[in-house]
Amino acid sequence: MKNVRAAPVKSSKKKSATGITGFDYITNGGLPAGRTTLVVGGPGSGKTIFAAQFLLHGVTKCDEPGIFVAFEEAPERIASNFEAFGWKMESLPSSKLFFMDAQPTAVLIQAGDFDIGGMLAALGAQARRMGATRIVFDALDIMMALLPDAAAKRREIYRLNAWLLENNLTGIVTARAGGHEASMLGDGTYGFMQFMVDCAVILNHRVTLGISQRNLRVQKYRGSAFDENEAPFVIGEGGIDVAVARTRDRVDANVSSERVSSGVKRLDTMLGGGYYRGSSVRIAGFPGTAKTTLSGAFAEAACLRGERTVFISCDSDGAEVVRNLTSVAIQLGRFVKSGLLLIVSARTVMGSAEAMFSRIKSAATLHNARCLVVDPVSAMSKAGNELTAHNVVERLIDWSKAQGITLVCTSLVDTSEGQMGAGTPLHISTLADTWIQLNYLVQAGERNRGMSIIKSRGTAHSNQVRELILNDNGITLADIYTARGEVLMGTLRSEKESTEGIEREHARVQTKLERVRLDAEQAELEVRLKSVQTELIAKQLEKELLARTTASRKVGVSRRSAQTRELRGADTVKPGRKPQ
Amino acid sequence: MSRPAHFKFRLYTADDSQNSAQALANLKALCATYLPERHDIEVINVFSDPQRALTDKIRMTPTLLKLAPLPMQRVVGTLSQTSKVLLALGLDPPP
Repeated sequence: MKNVRAAPVKSSKKKSATGITGFDYITNGGLPAGRTTLVVGGPGSGKTIFAAQFLLHGVTKCDEPGIFVAFEEAPERIASNFEAFGWKMESLPSSKLFFMDAQPTAVLIQAGDFDIGGMLAALGAQARRMGATRIVFDALDIMMALLPDAAAKRREIYRLNAWLLENNLTGIVTARAGGHEASMLGDGTYGFMQFMVDCAVILNHRVTLGISQRNLRVQKYRGSAFDENEAPFVIGEGGIDVAVARTRDRVDANVSSERVSSGVKRLDTMLGGGYYRGSSVRIAGFPGTAKTTLSGAFAEAACLRGERTVFISCDSDGAEVVRNLTSVAIQLGRFVKSGLLLIVSARTVMGSAEAMFSRIKSAATLHNARCLVVDPVSAMSKAGNELTAHNVVERLIDWSKAQGITLVCTSLVDTSEGQMGAGTPLHISTLADTWIQLNYLVQAGERNRGMSIIKSRGTAHSNQVRELILNDNGITLADIYTARGEVLMGTLRSEKESTEGIEREHARVQTKLERVRLDAEQAELEVRLKSVQTELIAKQLEKELLARTTASRKVGVSRRSAQTRELRGADTVKPGRKPQ
Repeated sequence: MSRPAHFKFRLYTADDSQNSAQALANLKALCATYLPERHDIEVINVFSDPQRALTDKIRMTPTLLKLAPLPMQRVVGTLSQTSKVLLALGLDPPP
């Protein structure tokens, strides 16, 4: 038997996909092909489902026939149990999926030691006949319990492992173990088994404050890198769905600079055009601060653009949401009717955050959604889910981002918390791309809603608080009155505004009067200026006339004196002067 | 007492594994002691005839099948606990 572990290593990179969402990711492709994997877990931890999903994936997707050896339940029962997942095992031909009923019968009489050689011989024949590459031994512990001592158990496990390797089958052996992981390791038989197999997966099922929490951990995986952390999983509509922790390479997949409307015009302008497509938005606020209304506006805007949208309502029924939003002129009913909008009522009493996430994912995927609203996402952190909710919301954000889905989640802020609400149980504020905070301002017997954008990654955004006004016509955002350290909203704001209006009118009239007066003065001066100018021109003319008269008189005089001289015969040259 | 019944046994073995060899030896000794001259033993090696193991629903080896007299009876193991085997086969243990 010593040669078992030294069995020739076949192409070590080869993996056998399980088709279990997330698990293949954690293990970089699935279970080790041609090797044995041990799946241990407590009762009801999902071992059989895990194994069956692996087989079924092989048969239906990879063209790898498989054998299911059932020690615990009758094959017919197993197959009918899995119909709930939509797995039609019974309709598969037995040449593709073969069930072997290996339940120890009640009438079986046991006298002394035995081995499972007979079964393996039969299985070997069957495997060769159908060309099977996958095999599951479900609840091996049932068989092991019949063996008289630990040595015999070890021997049979060795036999099984050797047989699997020899036949080059990718095997899953499931075994029940105590609910707690520590006790599994302490258990002689399975502890030993964990050393022998090439891959070991531990399934846990805990109940925290009445909420069921499942997780899975790959304990070992020879020759391959794997995610060593516990990964939460749910048993959803299509089988096991393993949550992949913070993804390494998917998040940056769909970065878009396209803007989508928030459904409120003024908010769009505050955000510089709206939310980014594929981004995540957190609308946080106290109860009744219009979180649902804002998210409803977003949903309506999305539907008006013709985009398929899913609205997850954790607080009320779909019909209630539609009716309530009608009061603020958000008409969602027509889109529900046309099938564009899907409202899912998901009261969180139904289970863990993980299960909720799984439901959201499947709803959004089935609906082929481009926009998603979760109202409120904080409902996920209800009793029993505090520890996991944060991680789930993180993954919700990552997931929707990877899908290019624009996500709007509202988040209820407990009234006992600070005004900023930064200390919400879900610290998703750091993860969301845009964080809109809704507040109350109680003043002069009024409670008014205020809205501010705390952050919005990659967009210029207004730093101002706006008053959020809801009425029959819809949502409007008004500037609040701030001056001299005063912040006024509601009636006070409108009073202040009207006072200011009168003051402004007064000032305007004053200015007008002043202007008229100045105009008059100017006109007067202009008139005066004109008459003076006219006078000036008259004077100039007078002066000219004078000059001209004087000149002509001078000419007349000299002409006359010359005539006189001629007449008198006077000297042509003046006496005393040299003649010319 | 009427003529004692004739016993027909079929023993499924896995090659010549220790358990199987032991079972065969125990069966033979038991028959020699309690059923002299009134038994048949058929031995089927599941490794040489796995199809038989499949159709006969043999899971563990060795498995002893008592075909006659009816009712059929199935005993698994090395058959080392003689009194238990005798009881199962409807034979009276020795006084």
